[in-house]
Amino acid sequence: MHLMKTLLAATALVAVMGGSVYAKQLVFCSEASPAHFDPGPTTGGNDFDASSRTIYDRLVEFEHGGTAVQPGLAESWEVSADGLEYTFKLRPGVKFHTTSYFTPTRELNADDVIFSLERQWKEDNPWNKYLEGISWDYFQGMDMPKFLKSIEKVDDLTVKITLNEPNAPMLANLGMDFASIVSKEYADQLAASGNLADFSNKPVGTGAFVFVDYQTDAVIRYQAFADYWRGKVAIDDLIFAITTDPAVRAQKLKAGECDIMSYPAPADIEGLKADTNLQVMEQEGLNIGYMSYNTTVAPMDNVNVRKALSMAINKQALVDAVYQGAGQAAKNLIPPTMWSYDDKIVDTAYDPEGAKKLLADAGVSGLTLDLWAMPVSRPYNPNAQRAAEMIQADWAAVGVTANIVTYEWTEYRERGKQKDRPGAFQIGWTGDNGDPDNFFATLFSCSAIGVSNYSSWCNDDFEKVIQDAKKVSDPAERTALYTKAQEIFKAEEPALTMAHSKVFMPMNKRVLGYTMDPLGIHRFDNVDVTE
Amino acid sequence: MLRFILQKLALIVPTIIGITIASFAFIRLLPGDPILAMAGQHGVTPERYEILKEQFGYNLPIWQQYFNYVGGILQGNFGISLATKRPVIDEFLTLFPATVELALFAMLIAVALGIPAGIFAAIKRGSWFDQITMGVALTGYSMPIFWWGLLLIIFFSGYLGWTPVSGRIALNFFFPRITGFMLIDSLLAGKPDGFISALRHLILPAIVLGTIPLAVIARQTRSAMLEVLGEDYVRTARAKGLDPNRVVGVHAFRNALIPVVTTIGLQIGLLMAGAILTETIFSWPGIGKWMIDSISKRDYVSVQSGLLLIALIVMAVNLIVDILYAVINPRIRVQ
Repeated sequence: MHLMKTLLAATALVAVMGGSVYAKQLVFCSEASPAHFDPGPTTGGNDFDASSRTIYDRLVEFEHGGTAVQPGLAESWEVSADGLEYTFKLRPGVKFHTTSYFTPTRELNADDVIFSLERQWKEDNPWNKYLEGISWDYFQGMDMPKFLKSIEKVDDLTVKITLNEPNAPMLANLGMDFASIVSKEYADQLAASGNLADFSNKPVGTGAFVFVDYQTDAVIRYQAFADYWRGKVAIDDLIFAITTDPAVRAQKLKAGECDIMSYPAPADIEGLKADTNLQVMEQEGLNIGYMSYNTTVAPMDNVNVRKALSMAINKQALVDAVYQGAGQAAKNLIPPTMWSYDDKIVDTAYDPEGAKKLLADAGVSGLTLDLWAMPVSRPYNPNAQRAAEMIQADWAAVGVTANIVTYEWTEYRERGKQKDRPGAFQIGWTGDNGDPDNFFATLFSCSAIGVSNYSSWCNDDFEKVIQDAKKVSDPAERTALYTKAQEIFKAEEPALTMAHSKVFMPMNKRVLGYTMDPLGIHRFDNVDVTE
Repeated sequence: MLRFILQKLALIVPTIIGITIASFAFIRLLPGDPILAMAGQHGVTPERYEILKEQFGYNLPIWQQYFNYVGGILQGNFGISLATKRPVIDEFLTLFPATVELALFAMLIAVALGIPAGIFAAIKRGSWFDQITMGVALTGYSMPIFWWGLLLIIFFSGYLGWTPVSGRIALNFFFPRITGFMLIDSLLAGKPDGFISALRHLILPAIVLGTIPLAVIARQTRSAMLEVLGEDYVRTARAKGLDPNRVVGVHAFRNALIPVVTTIGLQIGLLMAGAILTETIFSWPGIGKWMIDSISKRDYVSVQSGLLLIALIVMAVNLIVDILYAVINPRIRVQ
């Protein structure tokens, strides 16, 4: 019987696929298998590429290739004068996907929006624990429970979100993957049949692509959604060919087995650029590699000592060696692709003699400190061991002895965030939502000490500026405040800002209209291919 | 015979208990915390960390965690993957056929080439054929799999374009999974060209995975044959003027086969280990790649249950080999 059913399904599937023989197909060689297809509880970029950026939409969206917030499923919104109430007008006529496992009977409405957020928020929501061991890490990580007071339905197409305190980055948060809007009708149907887990592996959204099939660890298939509210996209079939090894991805791209690939190995980039069938796009990533000085441990509690340590480092040589041409020396904490970036800031110059003098003036001699090197390669710092060796040599030239310290990755971060951790700690950050608050407050606010403020730095002036910037919603006002924050940061040197990495995206020349995304997302809704 | 099998089974029980302890301990001995690994770059607050620890049962004493784990297994519950939130046994069964398909094909190559090579090397002992075959076998045995795989991809797929780079079948073939074996499913779906495509995708990974067993089998066959060829009964057979082919093929080879069969059985364990690297290079969606992914995600549950399941399979294969051994050589049963 089971075999019979499978064979019948096979016949149906073959019939469906048969119609798309001459369809426009795009194959993306992706780097890892998604955990599943519910973007709420997942955290990986590969999870989001496979779910939120293909199958789902959000109330607001980031513009293609930028970080500005644009209307999405909400066609407009209003923020009350006190910054506490956000009222969203939903777009009428938005359809959910019809799949072999779900046929929607209604269009998107306020219930879907409320459900999408409340399932992550309210512990008494039956969907809050719908998978064993589920945790809503991004919802928690972005402090949503702290800010949210209520989410209410004003009418079918109007939703009002009330906050406990003003928080301007909230809008950008709602454009993030975890805030994808799911179908309440589908959830109710699964709840009625007791198949809750299907919600994570048989997804239904409103996005540009309809989920077709996932062969575990191998291939994900999507079809363009004919009734997509923005209009059907140019390609018909989108396929993710999961290929973990970057060298093999590059070979597949060269052999024409895929059209576009993520994260090439730096060593392969020249070879890919030389291939006449390929083009390689590049962009600065929305990230920062930096080195935190613990500002509470002597002598690094002295700003001049921190300055001296930074002055002793030949940053350009470091960036050239560590990033291998895929990095740009950073003078600010935020990257140049982010709004409010202050280009007028003058970076701490490389000056070993000046560094020696500053150290002598501060009464520091024979300084020995721990220099932490991450055990893993990250886009924002591909080789922290090499960086540590170079910094060690630079510091030795000004009489500072560095002991290089490293641990397993999670252990490394755990030890690094201890308030009294000694020494200088290499780390980095990749932006979540394109809001400067996501860098300044997440990494250097007083409340982040012991969590992600690896400098244990709590500066009253800086804290006031970044907290004020949360409360105002006018972008010009916020820009002025973040400019001030960048000045204070540079004057106080709680960390050495090392580099922003470049991200490369190699693709076949038949791929048209691909835009690189500063948030590191891979989106295919505006891509076309030549026949 | 039954007594022999029961004896073997009785020996397996303590081994299984040992494996549950080892697989449970292994992932916990690795540095790294599963909760922090799941949380991503934002990390978790200490309060939330405690909540999650309790949710996953990591707050319990270690012995209690172990007994919960074994208790679950006895009821057929291998746990829920921390990463995908799916039952581990489902993940395993989904991916296992891909590994079996690859391993069988690799073994086929190893046996089909290794045994004849070993026999000829033994017959022509000391000849250039013997020297070269054994030299190549030694090289094959010492070949780093990852490097070997990439080399073959770059040459055969990249430079010559003869074989596909990676994957199990060309992407334009899309039919439902029935057995999980691509070669069989393609035929069930009525796609002979899909079968060809699946076969083409199998060639390189099977060669890479089969290289070490091939070397081992060739060397084992050669030494077993040499030993047997020196026996009195072979000399007698030759003295009687029997056809030399019959002497080698029947009198010598059948007796030389016994240690070779044992070797083949033992290779299953090696194949599983080799599958980890081979599958990673060729993006082969099997349990080897799955184990690597699970380890890097600190997915305790998948790793400990995956290790146990793999160990059980290796043991089962070895048991079958032992029984076959007893069938070929009745003296074993008496001992």
